Amino acid sequence: MRDPYLPHAARVVERRQESPTIFTLRLELKDPAERESYLFHPGQFNMVYLPGAGEVPISIVSDPQDPHLLDHTIRAVGRVTQGLSALRAGDQIGLRGPYGRGWPLSECQGQDIVVLTGGLGCAPVVGAIRYILRRRHHYGRLVILQGVKHADDLIWRGSYQAWAAQPETQVLLAADQAPAGEWPWYTGRVLDLIDQAKFDPHNCTVMMCGPEPMMWAGVAALIERGVATDAIWLSMERNMQCALGHCGHCQYGAEFVCRHGPVFCYHDIRDRLGRRGF
Amino acid sequence: MGTYLGLLQRRHADTLIQRLRGAGYHVLGPVVQDGTIRYAPVDGFDRLPAGWVEQQAPGHYRLQKRDSPRCFSWTLGPQGLKPLTFAPEEPLWTVERRHGHGLEFHSHFPETKKQAVLGVRACDLAALALQDRHFLGGPHPDERYRRRREGLLLIAVHCHRAAPTCFCASTGDGPRAHHGFDLALSELDEGYLVEAGSEAGHALAAALPLIPPQPGQQARAEREIRHAGEAQERRLPGRDLMTALRARRDAAHWEEIGRRCLACGNCTSVCPTCFCHCHQERPHPTEDRSSHYRQWDSCFTSGHSYIHGIVIREDTALRYRQWLSHKLGEWHAQYGRSGCVGCGRCITWCPVGIDLTHETAALLAAPPDDSEACDA
Ligand SMILES: Cc1cc2nc3c(=O)[nH]c(=O)nc-3n(C[C@H](O)[C@H](O)[C@H](O)COP(=O)(O)OP(=O)(O)OC[C@H]3O[C@@H](n4cnc5c(N)ncnc54)[C@H](O)[C@@H]3O)c2cc1C
Ligand code: SF4
Ligand code: SF4
Ligand code: FES
Repeated sequence: MRDPYLPHAARVVERRQESPTIFTLRLELKDPAERESYLFHPGQFNMVYLPGAGEVPISIVSDPQDPHLLDHTIRAVGRVTQGLSALRAGDQIGLRGPYGRGWPLSECQGQDIVVLTGGLGCAPVVGAIRYILRRRHHYGRLVILQGVKHADDLIWRGSYQAWAAQPETQVLLAADQAPAGEWPWYTGRVLDLIDQAKFDPHNCTVMMCGPEPMMWAGVAALIERGVATDAIWLSMERNMQCALGHCGHCQYGAEFVCRHGPVFCYHDIRDRLGRRGF
Repeated sequence: MGTYLGLLQRRHADTLIQRLRGAGYHVLGPVVQDGTIRYAPVDGFDRLPAGWVEQQAPGHYRLQKRDSPRCFSWTLGPQGLKPLTFAPEEPLWTVERRHGHGLEFHSHFPETKKQAVLGVRACDLAALALQDRHFLGGPHPDERYRRRREGLLLIAVHCHRAAPTCFCASTGDGPRAHHGFDLALSELDEGYLVEAGSEAGHALAAALPLIPPQPGQQARAEREIRHAGEAQERRLPGRDLMTALRARRDAAHWEEIGRRCLACGNCTSVCPTCFCHCHQERPHPTEDRSSHYRQWDSCFTSGHSYIHGIVIREDTALRYRQWLSHKLGEWHAQYGRSGCVGCGRCITWCPVGIDLTHETAALLAAPPDDSEACDA
């Protein structure tokens, strides 16, 4: 019988260092049958298991068109992620997933898309950006707003530059702190840039992730520009043990983030977002 | 009122256990152990706690022996059925590194046996139905839970006596068991009135030396059960408190409870509906393999809401709010009813005697919050 708790062995096909603490693991499931049946949607995540250390939830950043090679961009912050950081191509780890509900990418076809991220939390939306750019004509304008604390925290600099050169695509970057001369973009809060973003507030979908206070302030600014509460989508993070809706750790009000999220419509969580203790 | 199939006379009560054993069941029944009542293997009614009753009050539990032949006059011990279906701790899987093959993962599933539990209370049956919904009703049914659950045969006893901490009448879950049992008993001094709730229960009843009840016996049993409900002093202020509690997230009373609550997690471990658990990795000290376990956890720990560098519920008031709001509120959205079955265990086993019925009444006495404020 199939055991939803059981990870599957996966091989590290490639490891890339993105910044001093951020790295990308390209993983491939070892079992051909598992590989064939694996399908995912941008915004979903896997439980990535490091033998002897434990499992952590990590978003899938690659394109779902190629579900055989699964990219995970990870920041080394603690026990498991630091261990994952030491892996090399050819090493094996465990993987189970995909879990949760991703971005509403088919529902928002034909609309302008605003992607607003803060801090290092951009991983959950990167898959969506790549997805949209590969199907560019299905969507209206694309605005990418990304804020970081320090200029050095920005990863995928090259990607942002390449995205900015795409048709009908606007990239607005901000760093709270940046050394003079090395940062061609805005110095200050990313939310200051919302006024410059060119999109139709009445026909758009917003995708957000990052620290919750930033998301809350972002929601307020977008609503101020006329965006409806049900056009705003956010990727949430909570402690996750099982990712199967059993362990109770990820409860966010009545919702289980691993099952009903991690992507939520702001309209459905407006009573909780930004409030202590949820 | 139940449909009694007949009376099992006290001197023949052991045939029930014999029939169960004959059908291949390990029989668990209530026994006195460590000053409380627990379910343990029993081979005859003489192992059962005849005459024992317990005194329960906030933060208080004591057994007393009375001169009575009755084996089920006690109401509840600290644990009901939960540990039998949702193991306090169990291995999920083991991973091994094999030369030339890389990692190999193997599931662990419990060795299950057919188990009959004698003396299950209505509140615990209601709690089991809720745990079934949680562990089996979602998109990823829990195979370990399912295996344990499927092996269970349940013999309920209706409560003829309520503890002062019981409030199942107010939650609608007792003192009579209505669903979820195979066989149900009403205990009188002279024996047991028997009802069946399943095919297995009917087959079992047919194999017992039942005699037709005497006139008045059924009425006596019904009267005692009704009285056990009417005698309950505690109650919740309503069946569905989700909206009322959501409207009081900022009530000052949460802080007041937070100053008394020790965040020990006793309430969550005795609660028959709490399902939270955490995962734990146990690497083998010398060999190249590691096992992954799960064990009961509580929303009163800081680890429960930890995400890197932040504890979302940083103080006890927020954790108590999570517990009570989930139990009496959000369960309605998740599973269509309250997560409380009125067993009163969390009141009895709280070292400082915090009583959720009183706290809920105090919270509801406060006016609803007026702000849509954000604390970010
Ligand atoms: C849906 C989802 C998607 C995520 N996607 C990514 C991603 O793409 N890249 C990335 O770098 N990080 C991501 N994270 C965060 C990542 O899971 C945590 O950084 C990681 O669990 C930290 O584990 P650790 O053992 O290294 O750290 P420690 O601080 O030692 O954590 C110990 C344990 O706490 C829990 N925990 C700690 N932090 C988090 C957290 N932020 N979220 C959930 N549980 C946590 C885990 O159970 C972890 O095993 C995601 C989190 C969620 C919920
Ligand atoms: S909340 Fe308390 S009274 Fe209600 S079911 Fe749980 S332990 Fe029993
Ligand atoms: S969140 Fe708390 S109250 Fe709810 S099931 Fe988990 S431990 Fe019980
Ligand atoms: S992570 Fe276990 S319930 Fe969501």
